[in-house]
Order: sequence, then C-alpha cells, then structure tokens
Amino acid sequence: MASKVIQAFYTDDDVLMHAVKRVRAAKHHIEEVYTPFPVHGLDKAMGLAPTRLAITAFLYGCVGLTVAIVMMNYIMIEDWPQDIGGKPSFSYLENMPAFVPIMFEMTVFFSAHLMVITFYMRSKLWPFKEAENPDLRTTDDHFLMEIELHGNEQELYDLLVDTGAVEINSIEK
Amino acid sequence: MYTFSNRLKIGSFILMAVGLIGIAIGFISAPATVEEAKAMVASHGEGHGSDHGDGHAVPGETEGEVHMDEAGKAHPTVGMGAEVDHGNALAHEQEHEMSHDEHLLHQLQNRPWSALYVAALFFFFIALGVLAFYAIQRAAQAGWSPLLFRVMEGITAYLVPGGIIVFVILLLSVLHLNHIFVWMDPEVVAHDELLQGKQGYLNPTFFLIRAAIFLGGWIFYREYSRKLSLAQDEANDNTNFVKNFKWSAAFLVFYLVTESIMSWDWIMSVDPHWFSTLFGWYVFASMFVSGITVIAMVVIYLKSRGYLPDVNDSHLHDLAKFMFGISIFWTYLWFAQFMLIWYADIPEEVTYFVTRIDDYKLPFFGMIVMNFIFPILVLMNSDYKRVNWFVVMAGIIILAGHYLDVFNMIMPATVGDQWYIGIPEISSILFFMGLFTFWIFRAMATVPLQPKRNPFIEESRHFHY
Repeated sequence: MASKVIQAFYTDDDVLMHAVKRVRAAKHHIEEVYTPFPVHGLDKAMGLAPTRLAITAFLYGCVGLTVAIVMMNYIMIEDWPQDIGGKPSFSYLENMPAFVPIMFEMTVFFSAHLMVITFYMRSKLWPFKEAENPDLRTTDDHFLMEIELHGNEQELYDLLVDTGAVEINSIEK
Repeated sequence: MYTFSNRLKIGSFILMAVGLIGIAIGFISAPATVEEAKAMVASHGEGHGSDHGDGHAVPGETEGEVHMDEAGKAHPTVGMGAEVDHGNALAHEQEHEMSHDEHLLHQLQNRPWSALYVAALFFFFIALGVLAFYAIQRAAQAGWSPLLFRVMEGITAYLVPGGIIVFVILLLSVLHLNHIFVWMDPEVVAHDELLQGKQGYLNPTFFLIRAAIFLGGWIFYREYSRKLSLAQDEANDNTNFVKNFKWSAAFLVFYLVTESIMSWDWIMSVDPHWFSTLFGWYVFASMFVSGITVIAMVVIYLKSRGYLPDVNDSHLHDLAKFMFGISIFWTYLWFAQFMLIWYADIPEEVTYFVTRIDDYKLPFFGMIVMNFIFPILVLMNSDYKRVNWFVVMAGIIILAGHYLDVFNMIMPATVGDQWYIGIPEISSILFFMGLFTFWIFRAMATVPLQPKRNPFIEESRHFHY
C-alpha cells in the first residue's frame, strides 16, 4: 500500500527543533528526522520513547563481571594454582584483590561491546548496508523532517513553510 | 532572601549542647592512671569482646598478632621482620609488658581527643571539598552551576570556625595535651631513627607554620572570592567575575599542592613510619564527594522550604551524577592504594592494612560498602538521581561512610584496638554537625540566595541536561 509522505528541509537545528514542536502540536505524525549530526533534545521533542540501552548496558556489565569471576577462578585457582608473591592461590576470595582489575575490565569490555552491537542491531545497521536517508544533503548541511500525510496537504504545506522549511517535497512511498 | 528558620537554629543549638556534654563526658571518663586503664579494659573486654579485637587485654601476644609499640606504630611481632629496632622480643618481654600497659593508657586517653579530631576534620573537609568544587566551577566558567554559588559559599563559610578548631587541636597536640601525633614526643623521636631522619620536615614548629599557611590560603581565597562574587551583583561590568575566574584558577594550583601536604601532615603523620604517595588524592576524593553530597542535600532542603525557585531537576541530577562519579573515583583511589600495598606485602607498608583488617574489620569493610556498593547501586539509574528522597538517603549513607573513612585513617594509629563508636565519637559528630549547620545557614541567610549579575545566570536558569 502506497502512502504519501512530505519531506521538509531545514538548514538550522534550532529552526528544526521549533518546527518539530509545532508540527507535533498540530497533531501530525513525524515519521523520521534525518540530521547531519546529533541534535540535542530532538528525541524528546519528537516524543520518542526513552532508550532502554542503559538497561542492557547494566545487564551486559553483570555478564562481563560474572565471566571474569568464573574465568579467573578457573585459570588461577582451579586449573593451575601458583604461588605469586607469597600468595598461594587456593582460594578465590583471598586472592580477589589481584583479580579486581580483570573484573573491572571485563565488565567494561562486555558492557561497551555488547551495547554497541545491540545498538547496531536495534537500528538495523550492518556492514554493506545501503544508506536509508532519502536525500544526500542530510549528510552535509540539511535537516529533513518526514511527515506522514493524511488528508489536507495544503494545510500541512502552509504550516511547514511557516516553520521555516527551505524546501518541501511530497513523495509516494 | 533566605531566613534562617528558628526550628533549624534551635535544632543546631541542641545538637551542639548535647555534643558538648557528651564530649565532656568522654574526657572525664578517660582513665588517668595505668591501673584505671587496665581496669577499664578488663570490664570493657567482657562486654564487647566479640565485637572487636578480642583478647586485647592479654599482655602476651600470640604469634603474628599485630600490637603497638610505644612509638604508636602498629607492627606484627613475628614473621614479618618489622621488629628490627626492638631486638629480641623475648628478652624484652618484661619491659614490653610495662610499656604495653602505659601504651594502653595513652590509647584510652587518646580516644576522646581522636573522636574530637576525626569529627572536626570530617566537617572541615566537607567545607574544603565544597571550596574545591566551587573553585572548579569558577575556573571552568561552568554555565550550569551559578544558581548554586550562594549555597556553596554558605557552606565554605564554615572554613573559618572549622579551620580554627582543627588548628587549635593541632596546637594542643604540639603542647603535648594528647598523644595523637607520636612524632611530637621528643622521647619517642630520641629512640626512633626513622623519625630522626624525618625531623627536618616533621617537627612541631614547621608543622604549625604549614598548617597556618594552608588554612590562611584557603580562608583567604574563600573570603576574597565571596567578596568578588557579591560585588559582581552590584557591578555594571564583568571585571569582578573575570577576577574571580583568575583567582580561582590560581587557587586550584595552590589547593592541589597544599591539600596533598595537609593530608600528609594532619592524617598520614599519625602513622609516622608509613607513607603512601597517592594519599593526598585519596583524601581529596573523600572530601570532594562529601562536599558535593552536602551541596545536594542543602539544595534539596532549601527547595523544600520554597527557596531557590529556579533550581530545577537537572541541577539536582548533575549533583547526583557527581556524587555517583566521585564515589567511584574514591573507590578507585582507595583500591589503587590498597592493592599495591597488599600485593607487594612489604612489612613496613602492609602494617597499615594489617592493623585495619585485624582490629577494624567492620568499619574498614563497612566503609567500602557504604562508599562504593551502596552509591553505585542506588544512584546508577538516571531517574533516581532526580528523586529527592533517594538522593538524600544516598547522601546520608555516603556521609556516614566518609566519616568512617576519616575514622579509619586516624583511629588505628591513635587508639589502636581500643576503638568503639560510643559517646565521645557520636557526641563529637553531633557537636560539629550542630556547629556546621548553624554556621552555613547563618551565612546563607545574610545575602540573597540567587546571584543577580553572574554572566552565566541565564544559562544556569535554563539549564536542562
């Protein structure tokens, strides 16, 4: 089913922010906004749900911490106990301070890498993926707001012109 | 304009009065003679034997147990080879038992002094930590914080009474009214080659001169910056603001050096044989996080009373982020210090932690839970940093944890295994809490709570993270 969208171009992030707020206030549904750089506060202005990436980061950190503990327990205590610096490693707890840097690093490592991978998957990004942005100028100096069109095209057109759009196209998708 | 509420004023006076009574009781009940001390420990030991340092009244030490010699330096008797300057322990058994009793007397006599000193330092450090935070905001020309400047200036007002009290305690130590600093005792130095070697630096006169310079510098910056800050409100241009920026940047350099030396002088020198190169940073992290926590708590209090209308959630969020971040920074430094010493296991270094783990297990490990695990779990969630009661609750735990941190720095060297958090300790906390509360809110009530002409005030008002 073909749906019609309006693409409005802006040249300034402040103008864009005001436009987003006004378009939303006029009860239009903004599909997507393409920007050349992250615009602070745009997610809130668009009414996007808050990210759950932070929760995954915490969970991944817990996984990393557990992996580090299990790994060091196996390597240093169970598999091949050694006496390093007069501290024979027969107990994980007693040798724990020596493993803290590893526990810390593994927590950060798991948290960071798995979070990035999650982000890529959630954003449907992978190697050799074709760019989705509808206009090349959004990678340079233009901001693009894509709005779903229901009903009165002229009214929306006037509103967008009024918010400072420099170019407005309607496209069949 | 803030008016100091009567209820808070009366509350702080009650705290001070109760604290003073308790401090007096602590001093009166300290033993005067060796016999009294032994009797106290004998009866005390039955009551709290399981709590801490069991069997500390028994003179004959078991192998490997840590005990204190007359120099007040903790060291293990057997197996770690630290008893070099005392020769054969067996031959000196008799003499040792005598000095052990006398040492016990000194420890018990030290207790009210140390309790007073720990609380005085802790509350002074809060003001000093806030001063550092304030100077950083000034030097960085931070846009979010100017709304909070009057609160910070109010808290740093405590530097004057707090600094004077700490200085008086140091002066009384120099006058031999207590045994907090063993290196001040010429007799101890006469028998201690290490201390003789350090005498050029660690002598009472130079010690007091340094303390006076540090306190003078900090108080000068505080008063001058406050003056410029108030003058800026009435000025027509930004010269006061620019001046304040320059002085703050210069102060931070001065502070970085003096804070470090202060921590060696006032804290590390209670264990005069022991040293740690990152001690200054570690103490700094402790005072920094305590200071930021107090800023957050005072702001929440003032907001709940209807003041500071322009301070919003985001300001609080930022303060809570600092509480969270600096708590982790503190842990990082604490662990960096602990791990190197633990791993290397060099007798003269590791005694520091041996004493603490043997005799101070609960405060030592409890402090890590309170200062690290608790804040990391409670303040990790972004939303919780905006919930007032969450921040206050976390703040109380953090402050208690950092009191314990100072406690763990001073007590093992001054009272050894004779510690207890009882009347002298709690009363000292109450007294200084009352004085601190009274002083900072009084200072805040003298000028409008919101700066008028700070060039960044608009940015601060619209601060939104």
